[in-house]
Amino acid sequence: MLDTRTPLVEMNDISISFGGIRAVDRASIDLFPGEVVGLLGHNGAGKSTLIKILSGAYKRDTGSIRINGTDATINNPRDAKGYGIETIYQQLAVADNVDAAANLFLGREIVTPLGTLDDAAMESKAREVMGRLNPNFRRFKEPVKALSGGQRQSVAIARAILFNARILIMDEPTAALGPQETAQVGDLIKQLKSDGIGIFLISHDIHDVFDLADRVVVMKNGQVVGSARTGDVTKDEVLGMIILGKVPAGATPGPGAIAG
Amino acid sequence: MAEQQAYSANIHPSRYVQNPLQRFLVATEIDTRLLGMIGALAIIWIGFNIFSGGLFLTPRNLWNLSVQTASVAVMVTGMVLVIVTRNIDLSVGSVLGVVGMVMGVMQTDILPNQLGLGLGHPMIWVLSLLAGLVVGTGIGALQGVIIAYLRVPAFIVTLGGYLVWRGAAWWVTMGRTVAPMDPTFQLMGGGPAGSVGQLWSWIVGVVACAAILIGLYLGRRQRRRFSFPQRPVWAEATLGAIGCGLTIGAVWVANSYPWPRRIAENYAEANGITIPEGGLFISHGIAVPVLIALGVGVAMTFIATRTRFGRYVFAMGGNPEAAELAGINTRWVTVKIFMLMGALCAVAAAISTARLNAATNALGTLDELYVIAAAVIGGTSLAGGVGSIAGALLGALVMQSLQSGMVLMGLDSPLQSIVVGIVLVFAVWLDTLYRRNKH
Repeated sequence: MLDTRTPLVEMNDISISFGGIRAVDRASIDLFPGEVVGLLGHNGAGKSTLIKILSGAYKRDTGSIRINGTDATINNPRDAKGYGIETIYQQLAVADNVDAAANLFLGREIVTPLGTLDDAAMESKAREVMGRLNPNFRRFKEPVKALSGGQRQSVAIARAILFNARILIMDEPTAALGPQETAQVGDLIKQLKSDGIGIFLISHDIHDVFDLADRVVVMKNGQVVGSARTGDVTKDEVLGMIILGKVPAGATPGPGAIAG
Repeated sequence: MAEQQAYSANIHPSRYVQNPLQRFLVATEIDTRLLGMIGALAIIWIGFNIFSGGLFLTPRNLWNLSVQTASVAVMVTGMVLVIVTRNIDLSVGSVLGVVGMVMGVMQTDILPNQLGLGLGHPMIWVLSLLAGLVVGTGIGALQGVIIAYLRVPAFIVTLGGYLVWRGAAWWVTMGRTVAPMDPTFQLMGGGPAGSVGQLWSWIVGVVACAAILIGLYLGRRQRRRFSFPQRPVWAEATLGAIGCGLTIGAVWVANSYPWPRRIAENYAEANGITIPEGGLFISHGIAVPVLIALGVGVAMTFIATRTRFGRYVFAMGGNPEAAELAGINTRWVTVKIFMLMGALCAVAAAISTARLNAATNALGTLDELYVIAAAVIGGTSLAGGVGSIAGALLGALVMQSLQSGMVLMGLDSPLQSIVVGIVLVFAVWLDTLYRRNKH
């Protein structure tokens, strides 16, 4: 893609090791406004680790992160949120024992002038956002534990939208969902994209992301195998990248590509 | 889905329930678990009343029960937050002991002699209490920092604290008992002087009733403002009536317990009151330690449900990783919880030393177990994330009722321990069944 705009995110030469194992090895990846990038690879390929560095859950050993063309300091999740980076995690990082509104506003509660929680205002706003996202959602008073996988996922997504995320990271966004709910999330991604939000979709299953992504980046053994626009390659070719590390003609090879 | 769509946004769900009992519960939004505890408490009270030949449900016993519960009740409100965040505090009894000694020495020696205030100075009780709060909060902060920042499990840190602070309590005076306490300080322990009397008890009761009604009204107004479903008016009225009825009943009981004859006669003599025929009836009214415990209960409920801190405590208990990822400074919240626990131990220490009119180095022994048991009986889950202050207070009352009832029945103390232990396990088993059926 010959894009002359400033990328929303540029991660360059990122490495991180855990106890001598290089989980991510000199990986570089970028994302433009309104673009959906699918980050693919087997379990343990390093994709979740790489993205957790962006969301502040891990601290990189080397490499740089630029947001909107300027160097960014991301040491913890609070820093990442400061840059408009919101993450929806694989394990659905919601607090099970509190209700939807409390989860939506966790860490950024609306308070009254006296400094106490304004639950009614939060619930009202939660109803508004959830109404846009999942009009069937009614169970505002119950702990999130009582909700279905799709409902919990919509709570997690609503949480990101509520805080005007500019960069959205979705780790296995549809893994826990049924077909109807998956379609819902797909529509939602298209809607967010048209608002100019950049989205990273992380998955080990190519079918989850191929149709939604503009571009795919494939990782293997902590390294980037290569990247390609989804229009230029077939699903089978991408599968070859994931399994064998073989880069097809339509893709740009990365440091992890096997020779030949 | 179809069932969900049947619910309109602003119609209360009680409209859809046919069974009258269920409808009542849904409409009033009463927590059925809390209701079950109140039922269990009623059974315990009535049972003991029968087996002790009518000694249990007397104003005298109920008043004593309330005073005996106060110290554990104060501490259990903090223990709920500790346990909700998947921690534990085994050191509260020892912290109570060392803080009690510090407060005792402050008011008997340091303030009157070394700082020259003289015995009976009106500031002594405040300064002693403040010193206790500072020491208690400091101990809590120290333990909290070790747990949160050095990552030593709370069980180990507070197990160490259990030994350390009990030893420290001995060290304050080399084991010597400190007595007597400052007369003003003693009021925190209850007794005829440490009770607020008939008039003030009624004033407290009326204020509490007004607060209940205003609370219900404001809640309703808030729901209307955001067009949320409201409870039916009859349900609101029932809640108000139950709340006010219980409050007034409690005040009436406290006011029905007169001062002992000799004390009343001395008082009459000192104030030149002629003793009427049939003896002088001066009401105890609500005891000061009970008012302190109730005040702490209200304040802690507010903290747990209406502040960001409280919200973070519960979110951390439900999913520590999610709380961390949401940008909550979970370590600092943990330190604050233990500081709060330490401060509450200091308040409990003030009540206990004042009631005993002495600080001994054995004060608060085994309290940690009663506090944890009360929290767990009150519905606090050791798995974290679940618990309520009101439930824990009820749990403390259940524990104390069992003990006091068995004393009235004349059971031997080893047998008392056996019964309390069995009840604890049984209560938690019932709770597990209840939670399993709910989901």
